[in-house]
Amino acid sequence: MTRVRGVRGALLVSTADGLVVAEQLMEDVKGAALAALAASLANRLGRAMTAAGIGASVFWHLQCSEGALLVVPAPSGVLVVAIAEPEVNVGLARLELLRAAELVG
Amino acid sequence: MTTRAVEGWTLEPLKRFVGEASARLVLLMTPAGQVMAQHGFSRALDVMSAAALGTAIMASTAEIARQLGQPPFAAVTHQGERHGIFLAGVTTHRGAIVALVVYDLDVSSVGLVQLFFEQLRTELHAASPKTGVPKQVLAADFERQLSDSLDTLFGR
Repeated sequence: MTRVRGVRGALLVSTADGLVVAEQLMEDVKGAALAALAASLANRLGRAMTAAGIGASVFWHLQCSEGALLVVPAPSGVLVVAIAEPEVNVGLARLELLRAAELVG
Repeated sequence: MTTRAVEGWTLEPLKRFVGEASARLVLLMTPAGQVMAQHGFSRALDVMSAAALGTAIMASTAEIARQLGQPPFAAVTHQGERHGIFLAGVTTHRGAIVALVVYDLDVSSVGLVQLFFEQLRTELHAASPKTGVPKQVLAADFERQLSDSLDTLFGR
């Protein structure tokens, strides 16, 4: 995932615990904080999606002023998370995230 | 849910922590089990039991660490089916504090609690008064002190 141009780092997060399973991040990115907050968001989004009756989430793209957060929940309860520059090729990054989620199981 | 403190300087950091980490119950106490602040408890008996058990767990794990020739464990976490328990120590100008946090797994997580606990640790250290030594509780005064603390903690 981190080979995709514009991806600044990636991590695997345990959704239930909000803990980092594996990470490859740039030094200025706080992996533990990102993991805890992404997992919290995943749990809340999951409940919102269940309430809306639209099934489980497959991919999220949070566009921010100075970058983006891309997330794919794997079936095993692991979140595959990438932090990217604003100009990242989202389509390519999404494919890599989905591939990683498939490998994680 | 109420948040109350015997030691006033612990109140604001505790309130922030509870809000950020979505904790259900929190106790801040001395390693001897004297309660300094609480959030979420509705009965004095529960506070006393939780304080005694929490400090006992900390003492036991510190002894295990000592026997292993290790420094004391930074934190102890236990995950149940619906709730998680997090126990850790904080160093302040007024001495060591033990924090006991109980959180619901459907609204919080150990990662979230750990993350905001670091902030609580920093804020408690910064807020603790540098002057004045905390009073030692003598056996003769213990019951009255305990009763006074519980009155404050439950707004009586």
